[in-house]
Amino acid sequence: MAEQISITVKVNGTEHTAAVEPRRSLVDFLRHDLGLVGTHVGCEHGVCGACTIMLDGRTVRSCLLFAAQADGAEIITIEGVGTDEALHPLQLAFQQQHALQCGFCTPGMILAALELLRDNADPSEEEIRVGLAGNLCMCTGYVNIVRAVRAAVSNGKAK
Amino acid sequence: MKPAPFNLLRPKNVEEALALLQSYRAEAKVLAGGQSLVPLMNFRLAQPHNLIDLNGVVGLNEIKVDERSLTLGAMVRQRDVERSPAIAERLPILREAIAQVAHPAIRNRGTVGGSLVHADPAAELPLLAIALDATFQLRSARGSRSVAARDFYQGYLSTDIAPDELLVEIVFHLPPLGAGWCFTEIARRHGDFAIVAVAVLLDFGRDRSVNFARVALGGVGPAPLRVAAVEEILLGGRPGAELYRRAGAAAAEAVDPPTDIHASSGYRRQITGVLVRRALATAEGRVKGQA
Repeated sequence: MAEQISITVKVNGTEHTAAVEPRRSLVDFLRHDLGLVGTHVGCEHGVCGACTIMLDGRTVRSCLLFAAQADGAEIITIEGVGTDEALHPLQLAFQQQHALQCGFCTPGMILAALELLRDNADPSEEEIRVGLAGNLCMCTGYVNIVRAVRAAVSNGKAK
Repeated sequence: MKPAPFNLLRPKNVEEALALLQSYRAEAKVLAGGQSLVPLMNFRLAQPHNLIDLNGVVGLNEIKVDERSLTLGAMVRQRDVERSPAIAERLPILREAIAQVAHPAIRNRGTVGGSLVHADPAAELPLLAIALDATFQLRSARGSRSVAARDFYQGYLSTDIAPDELLVEIVFHLPPLGAGWCFTEIARRHGDFAIVAVAVLLDFGRDRSVNFARVALGGVGPAPLRVAAVEEILLGGRPGAELYRRAGAAAAEAVDPPTDIHASSGYRRQITGVLVRRALATAEGRVKGQA
């Protein structure tokens, strides 16, 4: 086994220090080492978007990063977006617009939509579709996902 | 799947990276944004024993624009190209092309240098390097050299880069100020690799005849290519639908595209002609100083 690497990362505001094998992917580190299972593992080659997280303020595929590369970084996962008691406005819009069925893609969708709305406060339907094109959903047909993002915008609460 | 075990080497500057490349040579792979290499590793199609991670290397992230050229450090993120006001103003075709590279989360991480060196035949950045006659600045512990894009790309996923060399910078030679441009492609979904991609640049002289033309194609062969036959038709011609129709037909005739799972050779040939014709019309409308 290759030599372990010591890393310190801040995840959802909490600092963690751990020793990781170089090949440990960031998503496996989050799920297995930190127990943050909200981030999902889909295709493991960057196509499905289920593992999307925020790294230093930008969305990334956590299956295409090694945990060792996140040393010193600040990470936001779906657990840091809202809580069961206080959903983020975008999460609330997803719930109200039926933008999820099985929920597997939802954490990645929410993170991608957060970045989209941060960059473009009032996206058109086309811009939402392009912005979320890297996140696959096998249930909804996307119509309600687009609707939810629009609803979050018109509620004027999505940040 | 999970990648095979490897050692992660984390140089802090270019010299350290070059020293590592010299000692490991083919036993090491360079990790830039990882958006192509890591999928290959997760599938175990690539099993490098040593990974040289450039993400901590200083000095490879600069975007520099002067009157004649745009210079990008190899580790400039694709997203930063997309967001650069200087690039939007002086080389808008690059912005238009990069918006069609995968998706935001991929572009946030993916680098200019990584895409250029990976050399996928349908990728957007190598196509622009060909269209703009870019110069690749390579360094190794032995020294440095410059390679023109047309010599850099040698075939399917193959380039002129040696195992101990590192791409440090790419220099795009800027088209004339005010030239029209268009980058367009057909893909199954937005962000997928193109079935065919087309980059064109166009400018007119005082008599309104074409005095600058670049036409480059991706997805139609093992590497992106410029089509001199089409550029010759355009140069000196009167702008308009008839000229672009002839240019499109010549482009379709000039290529011998592959058949694969995504599209047949005949389909690729057909849309090559259509895309070239449309791209030229779009580029004409963007030439500065046109009524």
